[in-house]
Amino acid sequence: KLDLYSMVWDVREESLRECLVAAAPYGGPIALLKPKKDKSPGARPELHIYSASGVRLASTLWKNCPAVHLGWTASEDLLCIQEDGSVLVYSIFCEFKRCFRMGNEVLQNHVVEAKVFHTEYGTGVAILTGANRFILATNVDDLKLRRMPEVPGLQKPPSCWAVLCQDRVTILLLAIGQDLLLLDNTTCSTVTLPGMNPLAGSYLRMAVSFNYRYLALFTDTGYVWMGMSHLKEKLYDFTCNLRTPPKQMFWCTRPRSRQRAVALAWDRLLLVAGNAPKGIEYHLDEDSYLVPELDGVRIFSSSTHEFLHEIPESTQEIFKIASMAPGALLLEAQKAYEKESQKADEYLREIREQDLLPEAVRKCIEAASYEHDPETQKALLRAASFGKCFVDKFPPESFVESCRDLRVLSAIRDYQIGIPLSYAQYKQLTIEVLLDRLVLRRLYPIAIKICEYLRLSEFQGISRILAHWACYKLLEYEPRSGKQVPLLLKMTRSTLALSKAIESGDTDLVYTVVLHLKNVLNRGSFFMTLQNQPVALSLYRQFCKHQELDTLKDLYNQDDDHQELGNFFVRSSYTNEQRIEGRVASLMNAVDEYYKAKNEFAAKATEDQVKLLRFQHRMQKEEDRPYLDYSLHDTVYKLILDKNHKKAEQLYRDFKIPDKRFWWLKVSALAEREDWDELEKFSKCKKSPIGYMPFVEICMKHHNRHEAKKYTLRVAPEQRVKALILVGDLGQAADAAIEHKNENEMNLVLSKCTAITDSSVANKINCAKAQILKK
Amino acid sequence: MGGGRNGGVAGAPGGGGDESERCLPGALQNLELALVGVAGGDDLGALVIVWGTPCGSRAGHRSLGCHHLPPSLPEQQHEVDKLYRIENKPAHSASDQLCFLVRPRIRSVKYVADIVNADKASGRTRKYKIIFSPQKFYTCEMVLEEEGIYGDVTWDEWSFYLLPLDDDIISMELPEFFRDYFLEGNQCWISTVAQALQLMSSLFGPFTRTYGIGRCAKMVHEVWREVAEESEGDSLGRKPEMGQVFLMDRGRGSGAHWAPGNAQDKVFNKIRNEHFSSVFGFLSQKARNLQAQYDRRRGMDIKQMKTFVSQELKGLKQEHRLLSLHIGACESIMKKKTKQDFQELLKTEHALLEGFAIRESIGFIEEHIDRQVSPTDSLRLLCLLSITENGLSPKDYRSLRTQYLQSYGPEHLLTFHNLKRIGLLTEQVSGETLTAVESKVSKAVTDRAAGKLSDAFSSLARKSNFRAVSKKLGLIPRVAGEYDLKVPQDMAYVFSGAYTPLSCKMVEQVLERRSWQGLEEAVRLLSGNEFAAAAPGTAAEENSWDSQRIILAVFLGGCTFSEISALRFLGKERGLRFVFLTTAITSSARLLEAMTESRA
Repeated sequence: KLDLYSMVWDVREESLRECLVAAAPYGGPIALLKPKKDKSPGARPELHIYSASGVRLASTLWKNCPAVHLGWTASEDLLCIQEDGSVLVYSIFCEFKRCFRMGNEVLQNHVVEAKVFHTEYGTGVAILTGANRFILATNVDDLKLRRMPEVPGLQKPPSCWAVLCQDRVTILLLAIGQDLLLLDNTTCSTVTLPGMNPLAGSYLRMAVSFNYRYLALFTDTGYVWMGMSHLKEKLYDFTCNLRTPPKQMFWCTRPRSRQRAVALAWDRLLLVAGNAPKGIEYHLDEDSYLVPELDGVRIFSSSTHEFLHEIPESTQEIFKIASMAPGALLLEAQKAYEKESQKADEYLREIREQDLLPEAVRKCIEAASYEHDPETQKALLRAASFGKCFVDKFPPESFVESCRDLRVLSAIRDYQIGIPLSYAQYKQLTIEVLLDRLVLRRLYPIAIKICEYLRLSEFQGISRILAHWACYKLLEYEPRSGKQVPLLLKMTRSTLALSKAIESGDTDLVYTVVLHLKNVLNRGSFFMTLQNQPVALSLYRQFCKHQELDTLKDLYNQDDDHQELGNFFVRSSYTNEQRIEGRVASLMNAVDEYYKAKNEFAAKATEDQVKLLRFQHRMQKEEDRPYLDYSLHDTVYKLILDKNHKKAEQLYRDFKIPDKRFWWLKVSALAEREDWDELEKFSKCKKSPIGYMPFVEICMKHHNRHEAKKYTLRVAPEQRVKALILVGDLGQAADAAIEHKNENEMNLVLSKCTAITDSSVANKINCAKAQILKK
Repeated sequence: MGGGRNGGVAGAPGGGGDESERCLPGALQNLELALVGVAGGDDLGALVIVWGTPCGSRAGHRSLGCHHLPPSLPEQQHEVDKLYRIENKPAHSASDQLCFLVRPRIRSVKYVADIVNADKASGRTRKYKIIFSPQKFYTCEMVLEEEGIYGDVTWDEWSFYLLPLDDDIISMELPEFFRDYFLEGNQCWISTVAQALQLMSSLFGPFTRTYGIGRCAKMVHEVWREVAEESEGDSLGRKPEMGQVFLMDRGRGSGAHWAPGNAQDKVFNKIRNEHFSSVFGFLSQKARNLQAQYDRRRGMDIKQMKTFVSQELKGLKQEHRLLSLHIGACESIMKKKTKQDFQELLKTEHALLEGFAIRESIGFIEEHIDRQVSPTDSLRLLCLLSITENGLSPKDYRSLRTQYLQSYGPEHLLTFHNLKRIGLLTEQVSGETLTAVESKVSKAVTDRAAGKLSDAFSSLARKSNFRAVSKKLGLIPRVAGEYDLKVPQDMAYVFSGAYTPLSCKMVEQVLERRSWQGLEEAVRLLSGNEFAAAAPGTAAEENSWDSQRIILAVFLGGCTFSEISALRFLGKERGLRFVFLTTAITSSARLLEAMTESRA
């Protein structure tokens, strides 16, 4: 627990107790709606907005219908939900911006309770009406009211309820006595918690963590159940001494930490309960309000503002008493060095012996980042810088970056600025959003200083701030809670949102952004945005391939990607077009595109395909046989099978089919038709470019030894023995081999001889071999 | 909405070597849960389950996955009317409930949408449930919305990430990973793989050391680390059972992976062949044993029978199924062996690998195409030629493509485009040295996010430098005399001593050095992106030899049987044990099929 500020406001405890209070996360502003001072009809409530340090930003008199609940949007607008269901939107300077309604039925029934919540879609509002119905708006900037189904048997408001967000779907969890109900768009179902103590009693309070991952419930026996918000896993449970429900209950955990805890606040007691039989108790001197943050809980009262958080691991390691962690040793070494003590060397050697110096430096930098006290920050950074000297080529970026970040954080934590961001919150919020928030508070000078200091590009920084300065029109976006990827879904943040999503490696997130962009941008700028993001572009292309072919074409067009356009038309010529005219037209388009892409090969090949397609179409009509969609090879083959030699020859010439291919295919086709006369005629028409072995082989394949033999004599001498063996004429094979005086061939023949039938052949060869040996 | 999220975490860790077996039970339970949810409780009524081929219906590309599903579906408990396969035609059924078990692909969702819309048009109402495995993607919802049936269907997820194929092989059954990531640049499976890895570490404890190479591998590693940090400390305080993990992707220096052609089948054949008689003997012995165990049923009293049914019958049935599978496999291997032209093909492959008689090889390839011997084999030879020669000469490139189109149809214009894009089959560019290309690439890639993708492509598109890499790492062993296959000397035995798979060589080298040091040159040629990380605070455990002995080899984009054999061999030699986790079992033929355009 560390002190952030002594509050500079003049709000007394008693009056704070009576106020409607709303404090925005990320060290945001605090709104107080003070009730009217006296009962006289003319008196009006006052609305005050303060910074987190208590500096008053603005005040106004409340002239509207009684407010039920106050809440802040992600872009730091104040939402005032009134009894009659209308919601007023104010800026942080109490300027009225607009108003919307939560439906007409609320007019009569009134709003009984309301909650403001944040999801990746923006800021939402949930209300419970006097008729015990829930109405939900998931994004106040794109108002779509969802009337939740009736909860059976709900006669009075539930004892507690909360908004859950799972998988981009918002649902409600409510407790009626000992029952828990889950309410989604269409249904209401009873749920049970795993590992819930059956004697725990009725639920009185519930708390959902900042990132919607965890859920905690408090019952009237003082029992606290802590678990995952998908309700399938329990983490811990805890029993408090107090049975009265706490005034407030929030999760207090650091992202990526193994420790998870819930903070419960009663009038004078703050209890932190986690995975231990005993919780940590703090006494509260005054009435306090808890503000959940992603890495802890802020606690403010009329006089103080504190931050309760789990000490980060790196800090613990270094500052634990008698710690021997490398970071702790390095810090000691540096201190000793400053005192010119030789112990410095001893400490250093101890770290270096374990080869942990880079680790020690990293830990010191990390711990410094999490530290709020400037002196401690300095000590840690000095230690890091000291250790760095002894590490060969330690990359300086982390050190430099950390120093800069700390400067920025310390500047904005100043009570006059009053944005007490922790390091983790700052990283989550991103520098861009922080700058926008400074601009929102009209703190232009410091915003510009920060830009200069961080050397942000003009586009990111100064010029934008100046533009804002010119007009107070402001941008909004939503850091996606708990995750590293802030979904900066508003137009002006689209590129940032998109690249953050892409960096996360989560394609679902990328699609979410892409779809959002598609809806908010005009086609031209949507395409432009995609062009710069290849990952998103290729994802969207895949979607278009299935769902929006025309868009795909437009995308390629915009890109002047003629190669892909050509491919697109080729593909569509056989997937989308049925009629021959359409197919030809599509292919002709492809030819054009290929030429533009300077891909002459593809253009020519496609032109050939057009020619072939037309030919096949004609043949199909004339012959009433299927020709379409065969490859060139298969078309010619089919023509020969159909005895259409003339047309086959024509294709052979027109398409410049290589002689070898033509011979191979004609030989096989004729053999398949068993047209042996034609085959022989063909073999004699000119000298075969593939030799005559294929003739022998194909005849044998069709079991025609007689025909095969005809060709053996024409087989080239070096293959003749093989051919003769193939047709089974071992005698002649032997003769040929002997004639060639080729021992390998002789052995080959010999290996085919069987003792009984071919003994004479075998003898002949053996003789010949003996003769060769003699020489 | 939104069930089945709890991951396929299996039960208590079992003892001993069968790492892969631990992955299944949890996953099956989850499916049951998902199915129970269809009708929302006890009275399920008749139910029709339609289940899809994992990759939609790309022709001729069926993965193992679908063959494994039916036996695991709990039909008995739920009155399941019929099981259908997703085909392009809609399922005709009179049932009032349809359940679809599909991959989260746009195509599958559209198929469902067509059925629902057809039902709507004919005025019939029934319940529809889609179970996405292993997870639902946002695109699926987008399609449901665009097709106007968002409110008509319910969905669930079946977190089925790991399918054990052997006692050391675990498949994620994502054959589409290769095409999606490396060709289309779609990273959607990255997080799926990261989830699978997280599941592995929840089953086997944390890994003490991680090595990896390749852009895709690096991304997976990063996402995995995020998932791990977020997860609920499942593996906190657990002793690591598998010490090291090695991530590799199919992306870089692609060539070397591709060399394995049919050569792989050959070795497979040889081994099977030589031992074929014994294999068969073994199988028939097994069959007899099984029968005997079945026979024990007779003469049991009810109690014994009950134990028998609950404990043994399931195992027996499983073995029975495996047996018939094995016999089938043996038969198909025998058939393949007798294929013609096989020797010629092998000769050419070896010639290309060694880099001699290139003209002759090209002649052979041309004839191979002209005679329409096999479209995939021809493509593979072309790729091998391109990889080993750093691209085809413009003249050859032109003529060979023309020949291929003539033989197999014009749509392969797109196939060649795909192959060029991922750098498997390219044209030699004169005057552009490697360094020139490199600097151009690095200049183009300034933006970090944009870099990821274009790098993924360019790492592939870059000249593969096969010869340089193979020389650097000694992929082609120089062995004096004949290579004796019966007494293998090194991992090259999987290719009859001709070649060591690059991935395996890399694993060997890095494990030896416990870092990438000394491999810089080779890594650079493979376009880098190597990384090594040690889990924090595990220094003490590093010494526990038992866990360090077990190494998880992760293949992104698929791994081949020859790689498995090679690493198994390495394991035996070094006293290590490799466990394989792959997006799918693959082969060069399967990878090529993934690149091939078809008219379907």
